[in-house]
Amino acid sequence: MTAGRCTAALLAAVLVCGLTCASTAAAEEAITEEYESISNANEHVQAQDDYARSQKRREITEHDDDQNEPPPSSSSSSSSSSSSSSSPPSKDYFKEELVIRPLSSGDIYASFQFQTRWDTDFFAPGKKVSHYRLFPKSLGQLMSKFSVREMHVSFTQGYWRTMQWGQPFLPAPPGAELWVWFQDSVADVDGAWKELTNVLSGIFCASLNFIDSTNTVEPTASFKPLGVGNVTHQRFLRYAVLPREIVCTENLTPWKKLLPCGSKAGLAVLMKSEKLFHSSFLSLAVHIRPVCQDWGCKGTAWELRQTVNVVFDLHTTGQGKREWSFFKMFSRTLTEACPLATSSKVYIDVTDNPQGELFELNPAAPSLTQAVVLGDRRTYAVYDLMASGTFGLLRSLNVLLRWKTPGNFSTQVDMLRPLLHGERYVAGYGLQTGEIHTLIYNNHPYRAFPVLLLDIVPWYLRLYIHTLTVTSKSRENKPSYIHYQPSKDRLRPHLLEMLIQLPPNSVTEVTVQFERALLKWTEYTPDPNHGFYVGSSVISALVPSVVAMDTIFPESSYFVRVYTEPLLVNLPTPDFSMPYNVICLTCTVVAVGYGSLYNLLTRTFQVEEPSPGVVKRLANMIRYLRGVPLL
Amino acid sequence: MVSIPSNQTPHGIRSEMASAEVEKLRGRYAALSIAAVVIAVGIPLWWKTTETYRAWLPYSHINELGSLQLQLSMEVEVVFSRGTLTPEQQKKVPLTQTREQQHHVDENTGLKYRYEMKYRTATIMEEDALRQPTAEEADFSLYKLSESPCGSVVVYVIPETSVLLPENIKVYVGQRRTALLRGQVGQGGELKAVLSALDPEIEQVVRTMSFSHEDIMAALSDRIRMGRLSKESLADSMRSFKSSPGYEITFSLLNPDPQSHNLHWDIEGAIHTYIQPLLDKLAPVANHSVDSQILYYAVLGVNPRFDNSVSAFTLSADSLAHVINPVEARLGSNAASSNPVLNFLLFVPDAHHSPLFIQDHSKRVVDSNAFHSPRWGGIMVYNVNDRYGQEAEFPVHIDIDMAHVMGVFLAQLRLMLGVQSAHPPPGFLLQSPGSAGLTDWELDRLQWSRTVENVATASTSITSLAQLLDQIGNIVINDNIAQQVYNAVTSLQAAVAELEAGNLAFALQYSREAILASERAFFDPSLLHLLYFPDDQKFAIYIPLFLPMCVPILLSLLKMAGELRQRRKEQRAKRD
Repeated sequence: MTAGRCTAALLAAVLVCGLTCASTAAAEEAITEEYESISNANEHVQAQDDYARSQKRREITEHDDDQNEPPPSSSSSSSSSSSSSSSPPSKDYFKEELVIRPLSSGDIYASFQFQTRWDTDFFAPGKKVSHYRLFPKSLGQLMSKFSVREMHVSFTQGYWRTMQWGQPFLPAPPGAELWVWFQDSVADVDGAWKELTNVLSGIFCASLNFIDSTNTVEPTASFKPLGVGNVTHQRFLRYAVLPREIVCTENLTPWKKLLPCGSKAGLAVLMKSEKLFHSSFLSLAVHIRPVCQDWGCKGTAWELRQTVNVVFDLHTTGQGKREWSFFKMFSRTLTEACPLATSSKVYIDVTDNPQGELFELNPAAPSLTQAVVLGDRRTYAVYDLMASGTFGLLRSLNVLLRWKTPGNFSTQVDMLRPLLHGERYVAGYGLQTGEIHTLIYNNHPYRAFPVLLLDIVPWYLRLYIHTLTVTSKSRENKPSYIHYQPSKDRLRPHLLEMLIQLPPNSVTEVTVQFERALLKWTEYTPDPNHGFYVGSSVISALVPSVVAMDTIFPESSYFVRVYTEPLLVNLPTPDFSMPYNVICLTCTVVAVGYGSLYNLLTRTFQVEEPSPGVVKRLANMIRYLRGVPLL
Repeated sequence: MVSIPSNQTPHGIRSEMASAEVEKLRGRYAALSIAAVVIAVGIPLWWKTTETYRAWLPYSHINELGSLQLQLSMEVEVVFSRGTLTPEQQKKVPLTQTREQQHHVDENTGLKYRYEMKYRTATIMEEDALRQPTAEEADFSLYKLSESPCGSVVVYVIPETSVLLPENIKVYVGQRRTALLRGQVGQGGELKAVLSALDPEIEQVVRTMSFSHEDIMAALSDRIRMGRLSKESLADSMRSFKSSPGYEITFSLLNPDPQSHNLHWDIEGAIHTYIQPLLDKLAPVANHSVDSQILYYAVLGVNPRFDNSVSAFTLSADSLAHVINPVEARLGSNAASSNPVLNFLLFVPDAHHSPLFIQDHSKRVVDSNAFHSPRWGGIMVYNVNDRYGQEAEFPVHIDIDMAHVMGVFLAQLRLMLGVQSAHPPPGFLLQSPGSAGLTDWELDRLQWSRTVENVATASTSITSLAQLLDQIGNIVINDNIAQQVYNAVTSLQAAVAELEAGNLAFALQYSREAILASERAFFDPSLLHLLYFPDDQKFAIYIPLFLPMCVPILLSLLKMAGELRQRRKEQRAKRD
């Protein structure tokens, strides 16, 4: 019954969003040739919703599975419900979950998600939200001060290897990424954005304050709001990536402080920084968006999702053994759920192990659940931390996975190749020009689908847009929508957005040539010979699903966002003692010229008797010695 | 053996010497003119191009502010009710007297208090009002009759036999700006004698209800050296926050044990009932914004010790200083503004450390179980262990008694905001502030001291900015900063003038503007742009050009000076 209600709510949300999108699209009086592209972009909005839906679906199926867990609003036994029932105006819920998936490469992917939902409206007229319970106060103040409608921040260390690891639950580019939708009441979006980035950099101890107009763009189609609302004009969107940002414990600590239970109880206990940062990939993220309060969508609620995605390379650190356990990965075990949470679960992906022939879990999972995640039907073993039996006699949960055929990895089922995947590199030689190549792979055997490619290139790489070529299967592939915003030196970057149709089973190559600019000497970084980073390009697409979906959603595709590698480009770098050398050299030249001129002007000239020649002087000397009169 | 060249005839030599002399003169002129060009054109050009931009600042006005002569004027109305004056005396009133007090604070600061005393007899309506059964009702009906302006005080002298006041109470101070004073009945003689007999009492009333010299001195603590302040007023001024245009008030409920206690507080209602009236009343002084949060698993920095004598955990007064730091890390700074934050923490000790009591220095349990930290906020410990028995099912749902909590926090908030608790002299009865949490005269007191404090702070920051500019040549002053300085100076002058005229509300308004503008000017980041341009780098750039250019000029000038001296000597020798 719960599932039914949730689905209905989602449908309603999608409908509302779809309607409003359509109306804004109608209002956008685009040039006729751009019309098609806009409608494509609109289609994309649907895609984003679909993405949100697919994320949700994960939760739905979970609810579906264990019927005995009552929904939070009607529960009588759950711990926090009694308090929330006595404060009728604003209700908040907290959920935590951990999904662990053994990857086919031998790595372990652990994905934490902490979700706080607050049934309140930050922007209700005449009412100021100032009393916080589970929702962190610092973020709430930020939302109301800057009129933020949606905010997505991620800090990532390492690069997600799509080819080996498949799709992540929440993709993130290396470095820091921030994109924010502001309310349409904000007049000075740039000012709000500037202040917001500074405040966020304080909250997360990150260098988000380096976001300025030179790395901020307003993408037209690639980043649409994920929550409910009716603003879709990119005027209210700001997107920025800092590919150079290094993520470390000083970012994790403030991130953990935003959780209601901190790192004292619940799943967050596992997040020990020395283990988390000893990994191949780590991504911290905070997503805030408005969602529907109930299935009628009469009011909005605020959803804060904090996620940590981490890939452990246990194979190399565990001396070739592929056994893993909570203790081995996190050097901690679980002892209790966060007492404030309404749901606290651990999921372990056992899809490749349907009959238990490959590995066994210890303790055995109390229940199994199935879900369609990213177009793929997966089976999960579920440990419910709210259930009393989970922790056993030792009062601690340490899930251990033991392989039955040690050392033999070839028996592993080959992972499905990801249907969409991208690569990027810089070609060319010398320090004057170069070429950016972006390769987009469509591995679907028979379906073609469109993708949106977003490229942000800093101004100091001057793109020659006339050299832009898109080829797939060695034939030119004309993009159906191109949005190009040329850069302005020291003001804004290049923004290139394209809608490209990918033929089935093909590689599409996008190339564009560029020239490297010579910077002013104060604009170089302290280590200019390291090179300059160019952020990842973003490929967003609706990928046809492998699995047939429910009948409610006829289109059997799901939304995927893929980030390519960031680029590291060398710029012509001068010798930095040059300015002083130049000053010295010019000064010397000027001084020499001036000195001779001065000499000429102030010296006294007089005719002087020409001095006798060398021969004559020599002869005179000899004569003098001999006593003979001189010449 | 002297060989004379054949072409050097005496005539030839003379002409050659003349031409050499001309040549020498030409060289000299050339050197002089080059030196002149360098001095007349080169140096000004270099000066102009390397100059830091300084907009015009009102230095003379700033210097005037350096020596601050404040005059505080207030109006005191003394109303004689029937039966306090003899008919002959009544004929002589109304009457106005001005009284002045002068204090020399230090070489740069002077204070002058001017009391405008107005004596009159009560009107019929006032007489009616004074006939109310209790002092409180009389106070209220007098307030309804006429509202006295901000900063003034009205003293009603009532007959000694009046039943309005309880026995052995001489003075009653109401919720507004009125006081009732029991006077001597119908003394004969000169009016002057009566007035001067009343004087000390009126002075006491005024000092209680309005500014006293100690308050003003404490407010001036920014300008004057510490030694001149009494210890008590210093402690008072250290406790309350510095005057600021706004304050953020944050209430945090610390629940270190959510597994045992499921706490619920109706903070929204409590703030609405208890805190908001006070803040509304304080609106002319500063803007306040209030928010609240609940922090779980927040612990104190010290482990409380179990005290067998009271069978409870205790926190001794010495350890309180260490309580705040670990909690503060969790509180989080305010993201939305840079105003000072007042923190009020309600700490509910966990089930295993309950009950917890705070002990003062003499090892007695503090009644309120709360303490405050100067200029930071307050902490209250709220024990809940008596709300449930041993066999209770955890977590226990507990509703916090907000009236009790807010009573403590309200008292602390008043302290932090600088509402000084008046120490009434014996025989005084102060009406409690009632629902607003603040009486009108307390607000006036606060406004007086805030105005003086604002004026002192703003004038100090403006004068120190001027001093800084004087000392450090590299500071750039842009036009907008000059504008801010100008605004600050005019607002300051206006505030001082309004204080002199006795318009307290306007004076406060202007002083707030002054402090805002002066802080904005003083802390503007553009001041720092060129501040750290080191001299050695400058010389490294100048020397390669200036040294080779200036050395020949200097040398030839020296040479010329030497020749001139030589010639003078020769001439003197010739004359001799």
